[in-house]
Amino acid sequence: MTIVLDILSWILLAGGSALLLIGGIGLMRMPDFYSRIQAAGLTDTLCSIMILLGLTLQADSIPLAAKLLFTLLFLMFTGPTAAHAMAKNAHHDGLEPWQSDAGGGSSKR
Amino acid sequence: MSRYVVSMTLVLVVLWLLFSGMWTHPVILPLGAASVALTVYLSPRLGLLDRDSDPVHMIGPALKYWPWLLWQIVRANLEVARRIIAGPGSISPRIARIDTPHTSDIGRSIYANSITLTPGTVTIQVRDDHIEYYALTGELVEELEAGEMAQRSRQFGDAL
Repeated sequence: MTIVLDILSWILLAGGSALLLIGGIGLMRMPDFYSRIQAAGLTDTLCSIMILLGLTLQADSIPLAAKLLFTLLFLMFTGPTAAHAMAKNAHHDGLEPWQSDAGGGSSKR
Repeated sequence: MSRYVVSMTLVLVVLWLLFSGMWTHPVILPLGAASVALTVYLSPRLGLLDRDSDPVHMIGPALKYWPWLLWQIVRANLEVARRIIAGPGSISPRIARIDTPHTSDIGRSIYANSITLTPGTVTIQVRDDHIEYYALTGELVEELEAGEMAQRSRQFGDAL
């Protein structure tokens, strides 16, 4: 039983770390502010879900597991709020989304 | 009203036990019980007990909506991860607007948050009858236009 939990938690932690890495690469690689928020969205969502679930499987007491799960629940509410606040302010200040040259760019100023 | 008192007591007791972890401590446990009792005594006097503050009735609808949302988050994560690896040439960002068929404010805010929570799309502006959002690709716009998320978040909001 322990070995099954260990393998499962190992898969979750490794998957979460991979997403964290890809999100970090995306933060550097994406061309503008809005698309970088999306890359950060990877680390906000599935990455935190997988890492916190993986840690929950390693928790040796119910209160510890519960705290990890509640952390996850709260992150799922605060993450989008922060992302929305940034995107809204950028939009209000007139920041236009990046357009690829091939993509036409009808909304480009 | 008494229903909300019961559910608030239950929720507070469970939360206190989970967060403190002191299930047998001879001093802390009675102090926790006193805190719960004081809170349950004061809340109705402050007018804080009503349907909106009672999380128990949300459990059923949430258990229906959250697993579906989790699946959407997984799909969107894989999609955005693929675009990141493929590079900026693979994205075609745009700001789009979509009508909201929601009948309740809570349903509309659940929808707006769900759009933001799935990577690739971020809600920018919520109006009475539509939402403006940023999407990383045209496919994500088409997926939202298909309307399944709008439908499900509307049902969730109506059930609350």
